Parts: sequence; structure tokens; C-alpha cells
Amino acid sequence: MKFGVVVFPGSNCDHDAFHAIGHVLQKPVEFIWHQSEDLVGCDAIILPGGFSYGDYLRTGAIARFSPVMNAVEKFAKSGGLVLGICNGFQILCEAGLLPGAMMRNAGLRFICRHVHIRVEQTDSPFTCAAKQGQILKIPIAHSDGNYTCDAATLAELENSRQILFRYMTPDGLDDKAGNPNGSMANIAGICNRERNVAGLMPHPERAMEGALDSEDGIVVFQSMVGALVGAAKATA
Amino acid sequence: MATAQTEIKVTPEIAAEHGVTREEYARIQKILRRDPNITELGIFSVMWSEHCSYKSSKVHLKRLPTRGKLVVQGPGENAGVVDIGDGLVAAFKIESHNHPSFVEPFQGATTGVGGILRDIFTMGARPIAVMDSLRFGEITASLASGAEAPTTKGSGNVAAEAATHKTNEEEAAKNRRILDGVIRGVGSYGNCFGVPTVGGEVAFEPCYSQNPLVNALALGIARKEDLFFAKAKGTGNPVIYVGAKTGRDGIHGASLLASAEFTEESQQKRPNVQVGDPFMEKLLLEACLEAMKTGAVVAIQDMGAAGLTCSTCEMASRGATGIEIDLAKVPQRETGMSPYEIMLSESQERMLLVAERGREQEVLAVFKKWGLDATVVGEVKDGGLLVVKNHGKVVAQIPAHPLAEEGPVYNRPIAEPKARKESELDWFHFAADGTELTENFKKLLASPTIASKRWITEQYDTMVRTNTLAGPGASDAAVVRIKETKRALALATDGNGRWSFLNPKLGAMHAVAEAARNVAASGARPIAATNCLNFGSPEKPEVMWQFSQAIDGLSEACVALGTPITGGNVSFYNETLRKSIYPTPVIGMLGILEDASKVLKVAFRNEGDVIVLLDGSTSSKASHQAPPRAGKQREFSSSEYSKTIGGIVAGEPPAIELAAEKWVIDCLVTLAEAGTLQSAHDVSDGGLAVTLAESCFAAAGLGASVAVPEDVSAEYALFGERGARVVVSVSPEKLTALRNTARQYGVGAHEIGKVTGDNALRIEYKGHAVASSAVDTLRDAWSNSLQKTLKVQ
Repeated sequence: MKFGVVVFPGSNCDHDAFHAIGHVLQKPVEFIWHQSEDLVGCDAIILPGGFSYGDYLRTGAIARFSPVMNAVEKFAKSGGLVLGICNGFQILCEAGLLPGAMMRNAGLRFICRHVHIRVEQTDSPFTCAAKQGQILKIPIAHSDGNYTCDAATLAELENSRQILFRYMTPDGLDDKAGNPNGSMANIAGICNRERNVAGLMPHPERAMEGALDSEDGIVVFQSMVGALVGAAKATA
Repeated sequence: MATAQTEIKVTPEIAAEHGVTREEYARIQKILRRDPNITELGIFSVMWSEHCSYKSSKVHLKRLPTRGKLVVQGPGENAGVVDIGDGLVAAFKIESHNHPSFVEPFQGATTGVGGILRDIFTMGARPIAVMDSLRFGEITASLASGAEAPTTKGSGNVAAEAATHKTNEEEAAKNRRILDGVIRGVGSYGNCFGVPTVGGEVAFEPCYSQNPLVNALALGIARKEDLFFAKAKGTGNPVIYVGAKTGRDGIHGASLLASAEFTEESQQKRPNVQVGDPFMEKLLLEACLEAMKTGAVVAIQDMGAAGLTCSTCEMASRGATGIEIDLAKVPQRETGMSPYEIMLSESQERMLLVAERGREQEVLAVFKKWGLDATVVGEVKDGGLLVVKNHGKVVAQIPAHPLAEEGPVYNRPIAEPKARKESELDWFHFAADGTELTENFKKLLASPTIASKRWITEQYDTMVRTNTLAGPGASDAAVVRIKETKRALALATDGNGRWSFLNPKLGAMHAVAEAARNVAASGARPIAATNCLNFGSPEKPEVMWQFSQAIDGLSEACVALGTPITGGNVSFYNETLRKSIYPTPVIGMLGILEDASKVLKVAFRNEGDVIVLLDGSTSSKASHQAPPRAGKQREFSSSEYSKTIGGIVAGEPPAIELAAEKWVIDCLVTLAEAGTLQSAHDVSDGGLAVTLAESCFAAAGLGASVAVPEDVSAEYALFGERGARVVVSVSPEKLTALRNTARQYGVGAHEIGKVTGDNALRIEYKGHAVASSAVDTLRDAWSNSLQKTLKVQ
């Protein structure tokens, strides 16, 4: 099993994802340069947070044209696991690998703080180690995390249970107070219909150690590890 | 102003327009043995500007202690460097970007952060944290709130006018806009660059209304053997320009913007402000660190103030060589730029480096990989000359060393301002015993300087790089771990302008002591400091007196606390329409925490824990020997409470006992190492009551019940700001261990109360609860005040 962390010019959470996987979870991990179309045999790809290409024009808008994204798209289409965190989520939306788009936060400001999200579905490779309804304390750090899509897409997301995480108050109430950025239907993270590509605005890689105030993010990566182990057994 | 061609004939009048005095012009003629051309004049004018040459401060800065066991590099390089063990070093420095931030708040602040980050990675260190020390004018109109503007009775009356200045709504609105722009600027740069902005301080005084202070501090780490210095060496080695293209922005930023006071026309200086691009800087960081690893880089310096001029002549001067460049090879963003403009441009995100001859391709390849311009623009030469060509034709030729190092040095006149006669009538009058103080307490908690800065710090990415063990407000200092070791570094900035105004020497000493105490209250041992000295015009003898006094204070305190100054920055001419700001020395203090798991935080932890006031001062041990009431009154008149509640800024800051400060610091570090404490929070702005409240705020559902000494007035006991004091909490079974350690260091350990589980803060004085409230009510006043004042979501 091997994870790949893509490095775009302007990625700045690449080292954090690398540390989370390589040092906290002790799983093999490699960086993949944005100009490479070779995913070097990785079983799961992380698109990390940051400001790829300065986020000029629109967040993620330029990064989707990187050579590496051709490879990521092929990988995703063939069922490979792809997780986009923050800027990575934005890139996946721009690339059309996930539905919807990001607007500026409702308050028009960058927000960095711990938020609470509720695990909505556990039948995905990104949440299978979590409990249904589990509340995770995980930080956000973004200006553009206000998820939006048209009504039909939202209905489809709901119907095919693609909404993996929603912002919540710490007690798990689905109210406005728990929504930090105005995101539609309190959406913090979604997956595609095939459930192998997911994106979330909160940073699970920043919540992997007690010393950093929360270990709740581990469950996301553990889910991926579990899914990969399961898949390997199935093919064995 | 001359954005001129080389043909312009230089006269002393044109020199004066460049801020070059007649004496300085004569000096230039002597160095060149001829008249300078316009490009050369431009070069001299920026290098000899106050901002770049330190001509008014040099004679005083010599008095600062700069050496120490752990100091690897003191002042004179891009940043100070200290040894932090395990073969690692920390590079850190604080710098001002005050004037640009007034003229253009967003860009001024971004480029302030960008500049200091470049100073750090130029040394080969990867930035791991940024902090900002900010000062703004009042953000509420003094009349609207019903309170009079503070009456100033200070002894240093230079800034008296500014201090008594009443803020009207228009001005308050402007200050709010400046604040907003600066905060967005600081955030946008650090967030995109990918370095956590871990805290700092924000304070408000009327004197900063037309002249906000934006001091940015950056910290980086490197392996000791990987450090880089800005010394051009090796004749024939290529000089390589990397990073952003050169444009017309920021020309004379250092000389005309940073080295002159503001007038009515200052808004027209907007073109002198540079524009920042954090994405470019992030690429520059990665590319520079990667290029350094090739081993083909000999020297490197960033192009900050005075751009290409400063980087070329300083690298040549330090390396005792010459440098020759051809401007035609410099990547340019605009067409038709004159040599004068190219040499003086302060376009951001540029570096100049010297590579080993024959290996330049290795260096260029790295920059190509990161999509950055990198071009050989010249080479290192013998003979010590800075030779600037344009298409092969010499346009400037100046001996590098005299240009960089032999600028004018002024021992400017110093005059102590006439002390104002003060009487008891000018001072704060304590309320009668039994007066209920809860309402005043709430008002104090909501005052902008004391109120929670959460609204500000949430706009900063405080966590990127996943090293932040204590972000803004969690501990008295920000704490970042060093992943490959067991250690962590602690960082705090401090500086009380009001105190420095009332007594510059004492104010400066308090800045050092408080910064060190804050570092110690996080559990770390303070090891070294960096300073940013924000003052008015050095041409005023009273300002130079303040400056000289502040230097004396800094020196004395840094020597006493064993924290040498490894670098920093002087910012003069902080005045508008001849009004000076409060003299504001800001100290950035670095500390080492040997065991990163032992970070001390502000929050109370458990119901039933004992609250102890650690007090190093000898007066506290002399059986409560209270000084005369008038002394307390005079001291208290300098407090935040006196300003906010009484509308009085007067008297003198609390006396300082440096030995006591040292005892408290050593005591805290020992207690932290032993794991004795549950929490620690130093007593500063707003006194004991505010300290206790903040320890409650940071904890969920906990409160405190405390009794304060009765031999002083209640207001003094609750809100007095005397130093060398820290509120700690300890589980009952560790109380004896705490007492023993305190005794060992000669520190008083006064048991003042208990952590309660009832979510209420109750402070008792002479048997009555003088300040008492639900913690949530107090937290609401403290936590939402800034947001309400700024009228934002």
C-alpha cells in the first residue's frame, strides 16, 4: 500500500499530509510533482491544501490543468482512491471529478479554527472506520469553502448518500451556528457517485495528534487504509 | 521627483530632493572624487537613508548586548541566529512596515510579512512561524462612547498632543479600515505562503491614528552547517538574479517613505508602496532552499529595501569584493525603465545570489523547475567596486564598502523633555472601599486592547505545518514544535507604548521583562531577543532622548535576563504633521522548551485546583509593606484601567525589579519541567482580574473564587499592572512542591483562591465580592467586543 501526495506550485499542506500518513500512521507515502503524469504505483492519491498556482483566477482553476491531473483523472476513473483536502477539494470540483463549486465564505474572510463535523455516511472508503453520526473536531483554514450546487445536484447528493460530512455545533445539531462559511446544506465533504473520490474542506491531517488539540482526523486516513487493505484481500 | 535619465545634471538641490543633506552630498563627492550622476545619487540616497543606514541610531545601538553562548549570528546579517541544540539553529528577526501600512494598509502589511520571511530563508532557514505586533489608533470615537479622551500628564511631553487627541467618528472609521486592511494583508501573505501566523499583540492608542505600527517577526530553523550568509566571494563567480521581474513599484520606499515623516500629501506616496505576491514568494522559498542544497550557491541576499542597490553593494562589502552587473540582463516587468529606476525598484519577491563558477547551470535548473526567472546578471570582481552597466555602458561606479558601511553617522542632539509638574490631582483616584467593580471590570475586558483578538487571529492560518502546540491566546507565548526533535520553540512579542511614553527607559525594560515572562509562562527558557524600535523623528532632541533612554532600558534588561539582542530594526519618523507616536520599542523573545510535551497553557484545568500568585518582587516579601498611597496612585495612573475607566494617562509605569523578573522566569521554567503546574498566565494589561478572567475563558465551564490583598485599594489589587507576577494553578497535592520550588528561587507563592466548577468568577476584597459574575457574561464582553466595534460578521 502506498499513498501519493501531489505537490502543485503553491501547495502548502503537502508536508502536513506526508507527515500524517508517513509518521503518524506509519504508512508508505511519496510526493508526486505536478508535472509528472506517473503516479508511481500509488494506491491512493491526496490532493493537499494550499494555494495551488496562487489560486489566481479561481481556487483550483489552474491546477486542474496540471499534467498530474490527467493521471489523477485516469486513476479516479479506474476506481483509485482520491482525497482532496481544502484546496484539493476545490481542484476536484474544478476538474469535474466532484460535483458543485466553491464560493467565497459567507463572511468574505479567511477562517482558521476548529470546527465540528458529523460523519453522515460510513459506506465510503473515507469514512468506513468511523461511526455513523460521529462528531469530529477538525480545523478549517480557507477563504473559499462555501460549497454550492444546483438543486438537482443537491438532491442527487442526498439521494445517493454522497454527503460524507456536515458542519455541526459540538452537540451535533444541524443548525446555522455550526456552519462556519455558509456552505449549502452544511456540506463539509462529499464523494462522487462511485464513492472513490472525496473532497472535504476541513483538514484531517491537522488533527492527528493530541498535542495539536485533536486526533479526530485519524479516522479519515484509517478508513482509507482499511479500504485499501480490504480491496487487497478481495483481489488476493 | 526625478525618475530620471542619467543625463540629468546632479546639483545639491536635486540631492536635497533625494533627502541627501549638503554634508552628505559633500561626502559622496569625496568618496567618488567627482560629482555623482543621477543613478549614483539615487543609489547613495537609498543606502544612506535612515531606513537602510541606521545613521541616527548606530551610535546608540552599540550599547545593546549582542553576544551570548547560544548566539551564532548577531546583528549585521539578514537575521539573527541562535543555537537551539540537536545541530539546529533558529533564525529570527522583527521588522517594521509602518508607513506603507498607513498609505496602503493591505499591501503595506503583506510586503512587511514578505520581507521578513525573505530575511529568514535567505539564511537557509525554513520559516516556521510568523508573529505580528500591531498598533492602531482608537477604533471608537472618544465622544460617542461618552468617555473623554485620556488626559495625558506624562513626563515625556513630546507626544503629549497626540496622546490627548480626541478621536472623532471619521477618524475612528479610518482606523477601523486601516486595521481591516492590515489584518487581511498579514493573513493573506502568511496563509498563502504556508507559514503559521501564531500570534503577536494588537494595542490601540490615539497616537497611532495617523501612523499605525506594523511590526512583523519571522522565525525559521536550519541545520547549523546549512546556514547561508550574504558575502560575495570568489572573483569571476556569476551573480544571479532570481524571482519576480523588476517593475517601477516601491521606488524610494526606503528613502522617501520610511525615512520621512508624514504630511498632508502622504497619501500621494501610494506609488512608493510595494505590492506583494505570496505565491511567488512560496516558489522562491522552495527554489532557494533547493538551490542551496546543490552546494553551488556561494552567497545569497534578498532584495528588500533599496532592492538591487542594497543587495549588490552589501554582498560585495561584506565579502570585501566588487560586483559588476548589467541592468539590461535584469528581468523587467515594464519597458523603458531607466537604470535609476531599476536600481531603486523595490519590487518584491526577488533574490540575488552568487553561484560557484561553472556550476551556475545547477542553480538555474532548480529555479526553472519552480517556474521562476533566474538570470546571470553579472559577476564578482576584484577591487571592491560596484559597477553598474546598462547594455555594456557604465552607468554607475561606486566603491562598495564606503557605500554600504561608511555612510554618515549622526550623534544627534539629545534633550530630556521638561518634566511636567504632576500632583495628586492629576492622578487616578481610587474608588472608596466597598465600591462594586464588576461593571468597570466588564468595560475593561471589552476595551479593544484587552478584548479577545480571536476575530483577528482566526483570519490567520495558525496551524499550517502542524507544529503549533499553542496558537494565539492558548499560552502566554506561541509554541511551535520542531518535529525531528523533542524540543519546541516559544515566541512572544511585547511593548507597551504608553509606558514607554511616560518613562522610555522603564517602558523598554518592561517590554523585555514581559516578553521573557510570557515565554517562561509557556514553560520555555527565554534565550534571545530581537527588537523593533518605533520612534518619532530623530531630528527632535526629545525623540532622541526617548530613543537613548529606551536603548539603556533594553540593554539593562537584556543583560539581567540573559537574553542578547540578535538583530532587529529601527523605525524613525513615525510622525504625522509633526506629532510623534509614543516611543514604542517592541521586543520579540525566543525561548526553548526542552520537552515539547510540557507546554504550559493559560486555561484552568480542574475544579479544586489551587490558584497561586507567584510574585518575585521583594516588596511582596517585606511583610506587605505597602508604599505610600500616592505612589500607588501615580503608578496606577499608567494602567489600562486608568485609561479606560478613568480617562487618565499619567504618572509613571510600575517600578521594575529585574532580579525579581529573573527569579520568576527561572522558577516557572523549573516548575514546567517538573510538571508541577496545571496552568500559567502572567499578570499584565488589566492586572490580576483580567489574568484570572482569561484563565477562566480558556477553560470550559470552570470559574474561580479568589481573595485579593487588603492592604491596597481594591482597584489597585484587581487591576494594578506591576510586573514579576504570574497566576498559576496547581492540583492540591502538588502545592507543597510548588511552594518548595518557589522558595528555592526566592519567589513569593501566595495562595489566593481556588478553581471552581460553577462557571463563575468571584473576586473578594475585605470580605465582599467586589467583582463577581458568571464567566459566560464576562466572556461575552471580552470575546465579541472587537467584532461589535468593527461592525463586521
